[in-house]
Amino acid sequence: MNKKKSVNYAKFGYIFSIPFVVAYLIFQLYPVLYTVVIGFTDLEGLTTPVSSMHILSNPFQNFIDILKGSGAGSFRLCLFNTVVMWVCNFIPQIALALLLTAWFTDDRSKIKGQGLFKVLFYLPNIITAASVAILFQAFLSYPIGPLNSIRSSILSTFSSNFDGKGYNFLNNKAFTRGVVSFIQFWMWYGNTMVLLIAGVIGIDPAIFEAAQIDGASRTQTFFKITIPCIRTILLYVLVTSMIGGLNMFDIPHLLNRGGPDGATTTTAVYIYKQAFQNPRYQYNKAAAASIIMFVIIMILTLCLFYILRDKDEEELKKLRKKERKALKHQA
Amino acid sequence: MSSQSLSKSRDSFLIKVVVYVVCIILAIISIMPFWIMLVNATRNSEQISSHPISLIPSSHLIDNKNVFEKKPSFQPVTGFINSFIVSTGATVCALYFSSLTAYALSAYEWKLRDGFFKFIMGVMMIPAQCTMIGFFKMIYSLHLTNNLMILIIPAVASPAVVFFMRQYLQSSLSMEIVQSARIDGAGEFRTFNSIVLPIMKPALATQAIFIYVGTWNELFRPLVILTEGSKKTMPIMVSLLNGDIYRVEYGAIYLGLAITILPLIVVYIILSKYIVSGVSLGAVK
Repeated sequence: MNKKKSVNYAKFGYIFSIPFVVAYLIFQLYPVLYTVVIGFTDLEGLTTPVSSMHILSNPFQNFIDILKGSGAGSFRLCLFNTVVMWVCNFIPQIALALLLTAWFTDDRSKIKGQGLFKVLFYLPNIITAASVAILFQAFLSYPIGPLNSIRSSILSTFSSNFDGKGYNFLNNKAFTRGVVSFIQFWMWYGNTMVLLIAGVIGIDPAIFEAAQIDGASRTQTFFKITIPCIRTILLYVLVTSMIGGLNMFDIPHLLNRGGPDGATTTTAVYIYKQAFQNPRYQYNKAAAASIIMFVIIMILTLCLFYILRDKDEEELKKLRKKERKALKHQA
Repeated sequence: MSSQSLSKSRDSFLIKVVVYVVCIILAIISIMPFWIMLVNATRNSEQISSHPISLIPSSHLIDNKNVFEKKPSFQPVTGFINSFIVSTGATVCALYFSSLTAYALSAYEWKLRDGFFKFIMGVMMIPAQCTMIGFFKMIYSLHLTNNLMILIIPAVASPAVVFFMRQYLQSSLSMEIVQSARIDGAGEFRTFNSIVLPIMKPALATQAIFIYVGTWNELFRPLVILTEGSKKTMPIMVSLLNGDIYRVEYGAIYLGLAITILPLIVVYIILSKYIVSGVSLGAVK
């Protein structure tokens, strides 16, 4: 009955989607296609008119140049930096988030002040990443700065021949990468924790009761019940964090301008530098790098698509199967 | 038996102590950087040079403020106004048109609907960084750089918001209400504005917060598009603080940061309940 009526209204489905579709075509699809085209051309220089760009004699030359280069400032190194800094932030992040989730959702030892802790852990996520980057830069400043003063007070107590000089933390590649990872970790573990807790709360409490009656320990309950039950959310967190991590820009760009020696230049910083800071304004190289990142992210999105596919239908099918089996059994 | 339960309760006490200690340390790590920033915003460069970390505020707030009058490349008021315009405009565009699209997706049955929804899900995660070169070249040849509208209008197509709104409508919109509005003679567009939108209020509020904060904090797109000082948004203003002009003005740098961060903290404290509970809404469903 409902269906018949709404068929008459079908045109409104199209009409109401028009603003979205138009804006999408102009501001997203066209720029994507345009970026792809630029990736195959010789377009360089801020004021070079687009009309004068030409497809290269070997259309893939930009991609080859980008992927071949190695050493400081090369795309390969940037991709490596991005992955390293993402991994170093994600592993501690998910570990801590899981630990906190286990603590906060444990019925047997009710933790007080959970609301306040959640609010405080989530706080860094809401702050402008640009401000956070500059703030940490100020903390690491050389020769005088908060971290330097901690360092010298520790060294002067434990070592008699400390020269009292400051240390330029942002000149140390591994340390700077570590700081970027730490900031990302610090900004995102609260978010991950809140997601995981919501997932655990969604689990049927009867399962936990059953486990408790069967004498399962907390650790057993957590690893054998909780984690398998929040698998979807864990995957969601993993994929969204990967996509976010691959686009890491604000923190590495502002903390130390991708340095020292290109050690914190991520692929997004690389794209920005090629197009807008390189004196030659190499839009073609930047576009080619964008396309490579685009392909990687599309593959990850497909994974996400697979994770979020309609589970209700599948579960319904499974239920029906079970019912049929049960009926057979009875018969 | 009793000794076993005793050791068990001692264990759980020990676990509780560990939990609280870890949580308190994490809470301090969350607050400490901002506290040091606020305190240093009130101290002058000499004080910060001799003792970079202090927990007690000093009295040089005004001196630090005056630095920005002498060296005015960091303009917080301009940044604030521009960010306000962009964030408000983008939030309104994203909310209204995403709701409209979500309504089209859940209230009507049309041929391309499922394909369209799958498409929206597919492009949901494409980040601005990947399309920036084409976007910039398009804007540049249209002479629209330094135009704030160019950061607002594209929000009309926000796939992630459409996705979230559709999920919400699927669970909370009953077609009976829409049908009765039709019987009363309301047009489809009017039904959406006066009946469906109010139903979506809770979802709109949650999304409004996240879109607003997200737009406010965005650096990449504004950095590429806005080059004129008078058009810069807050995050770009902040990035000017690490320029050479403010090299030794430690207090002023901290004050500049505090000006950009404090409003967010205040808003967060007021809305924290909704924010923390809103984080998981999109993902869990």
